[in-house]
Amino acid sequence: MTAATTDLPRAEPAPAVALWRRFARNRAALLGLVLFGAVLVMAATAGLIEPTDPLRRAGDPLTKPFTDWAVPLGTDQLGRDILAQLFHGARISLLVGVLATLLSIAIGVVVGALAGFFGGWVDDVLMRVTEAFQTIPNFVLLLALVAILGSSIEYITLAIAIVSWTAPARMVRAEFLSLRSREFVDAARNLGVSNGALIFREILPNALPPVIVYASVIMALSILLESALAFLGLGDPNHASWGNMIGQGRAVLRTDWYCAVIPGIAIVLTVLSFSLLGEGLNDALNPRQKKQ
Amino acid sequence: MTDPVLDIRGLRIALPKGADRPFALSGLDLSVNPGEIVCLVGESGSGKSLTAGAIMRLLPEPHVRVADGSIRFEGQDLLALSEREMKQIRGDRIAQIFQEPMTALNPQKTVGWQIDEVLRLHTGLGRKARRARVLELLDLVHIPDPRSVYHAYPHQVSGGQRQRVMIAMALACEPKLIIADEPTTALDVTTQLQILKLIRELQEKEGAGILFITHDFGVVAEIADRVVVLSKGEMVEQGTAAEVLNRPKHPYTRALIGAIPALVPPRPRDFRDAPVVLRAEGLVKTFAARGSLISGKRAPVTAVDNLSFTLRRGETLGVVGESGSGKTTVSRIVTRLLESDCGAVEVDGTDLLACSPRELREMRRHIQMVFQDPMASLNPRKRVEDLIAQGPIVHGADPKAARARARELLELVELSPAAATRYPHEFSGGQRQRIGIARALAMEPKVIVADEPVSALDVSVQAQVLKLLADLRDRLDLSVLFVTHDLRVAAQLCDRVIVMQKGRIVETGVTAELFAAPSHPYTQQLLASIPGRGWTPPDLATDAA
Repeated sequence: MTAATTDLPRAEPAPAVALWRRFARNRAALLGLVLFGAVLVMAATAGLIEPTDPLRRAGDPLTKPFTDWAVPLGTDQLGRDILAQLFHGARISLLVGVLATLLSIAIGVVVGALAGFFGGWVDDVLMRVTEAFQTIPNFVLLLALVAILGSSIEYITLAIAIVSWTAPARMVRAEFLSLRSREFVDAARNLGVSNGALIFREILPNALPPVIVYASVIMALSILLESALAFLGLGDPNHASWGNMIGQGRAVLRTDWYCAVIPGIAIVLTVLSFSLLGEGLNDALNPRQKKQ
Repeated sequence: MTDPVLDIRGLRIALPKGADRPFALSGLDLSVNPGEIVCLVGESGSGKSLTAGAIMRLLPEPHVRVADGSIRFEGQDLLALSEREMKQIRGDRIAQIFQEPMTALNPQKTVGWQIDEVLRLHTGLGRKARRARVLELLDLVHIPDPRSVYHAYPHQVSGGQRQRVMIAMALACEPKLIIADEPTTALDVTTQLQILKLIRELQEKEGAGILFITHDFGVVAEIADRVVVLSKGEMVEQGTAAEVLNRPKHPYTRALIGAIPALVPPRPRDFRDAPVVLRAEGLVKTFAARGSLISGKRAPVTAVDNLSFTLRRGETLGVVGESGSGKTTVSRIVTRLLESDCGAVEVDGTDLLACSPRELREMRRHIQMVFQDPMASLNPRKRVEDLIAQGPIVHGADPKAARARARELLELVELSPAAATRYPHEFSGGQRQRIGIARALAMEPKVIVADEPVSALDVSVQAQVLKLLADLRDRLDLSVLFVTHDLRVAAQLCDRVIVMQKGRIVETGVTAELFAAPSHPYTQQLLASIPGRGWTPPDLATDAA
């Protein structure tokens, strides 16, 4: 046999390395990663800044920032340390963001995969349910759920997941519809692979990249939703959260603006970091799309 | 001597930095006279399609652009024209027939609308006159039911019909130059011959010059007046058809012509005593028709109609037919990727169609498939060894042993075992198809169903893969159900052939006998349509192939 048939092309770098290279090519995405890292560090070191309770009285009420080094970013109207609340708030925001996203993606993937793979009446039933959820405005449904379930942090996370699974479900369904008719699925079926393995091992890995990118959007949205709830006074009062801080700072916005602005900036930067990360992931996972 | 319609001098097309070579084309000289068909021949990646792009001024600029040279059409320098002037010429005086009709047609518009659009842009005809002309054009390109097709969307008509629609569009304004970019590559032989005849007919009637881009020397033999051979952007040979086909000078041309499968069937082998491994009995498959209230109903399609055959051990049975003959449906029913309406498929005496899902998964190991498109049939996110070992692992083999076996199989299909940890996109088309074959072999099946396994490959690669298949079949005593549209390929490999037309078997017999004396008129027509059947490739005993 000629050498041409056994010749292999030059080895390509491992997929993870290639992924990182494409990601790192996007400067904005790197900035997003740095910001995200900063939020992670804040959440991790919150215990060092304030080991006992971020909601305890730490100084005189409404101390301005940078005047008293015991409370560097000042205090709110109850004398609570803003810096400590900010760090502990990062924990809550990340917790809500990550857990709600994971939950909503999990629900979305299962619903979308089943609907897209089986089609027919399964698809009809699941998609009508999805549409029912989509017709109700997100925030209204969230308010209703929190009103019913109560406003502890676990239920808020669950409620946010329940209002945000519809978009990933539709996305996964669309991917499955186009992938299930590809020949590699037939090839695997022909090997005797069961439906479950076809869905999760063959098709899902190919359907995931856009979903992963969208996850960053859901994460940003979850944080915003949690903040919005807290702003309306429906947050969990037992935890320091950025939304709670803004909600309470609102009362003294004209005189002591920093009480609301500091956590506001934290939310803006966190959401920004997710959206930059999402864009970087999009470049890294769907390289062909970007070249055009 | 009239002036040439098209005159290309010293054309160079620059590729962006980082491409495998700086110029896609370096120094092409070519001219097309009125009433002449010039064939531009080369394998994939030779730069032949970019030539068409340069003439139409449809290169993906600024990445790929004309660096040097001139293109004159009826004495006019095309490269100097403004975009507006170019628009007047495109589709009117120069028409193009594209390689892939499915992507060249707008999926959102009906076929009639799209041909109508060409007339609307370039002629002053009224609505009724245009409609009449469109129907006339559809009739001219031999579309059976022009009225029904007029209202159909591109995805509702077959591949051959789509290409006819493309040609009808190109003919709409009676152009002076037609650029045909692999127009018959996706078509079956009879359709191909009809379309080649059609192109000839038009060229004689209108005196249009045709630049015909192809990779198939059979087609060249059929249609060309003159031939230009391209290899990696370099023009290696140019001359009249007879010269280039029968006395090729350049080693590259000689290698290409040497790789063409000869139309000589293998010596008949006797299988009467071998046990039957696959028996199909009374298979029927009907696809329900879809239509809308406005466009009217389209008839339901019977893809396979009461089909029966037997395949004995060690035998290769070819299933040959045009597109729409139901041959691919047969391959899907036999492997039960598609449910048959009735009938039975017995593998080693067990009826596959009567199996429960659990039994079916167990039975699948005995009948494996090699798919047409090696890129689409390999999961892009799996390593080669996992792809090959997947079947045995599903059927309970030890994963480690299965992966070790996968490496052995890679050697069996003449790939380096180092390929095991790579992903499918790192391989060329021929190498991917070898992986597909290895995957099928991993299950140690009794029957292999090969659905057009070489139709997506270049001629030289095709020859290698066919040789490999024949070799493996003989060594492993495999039974192969070989589905193909290419009679040259069927002649290479098949012991017996089934000829299918519109879902029915019209003739079946030992390949050599059937090729020598076809009894059914359809078989006769098929055999008469093989491109270049009148031309026997010269015996070029070189090791370059």
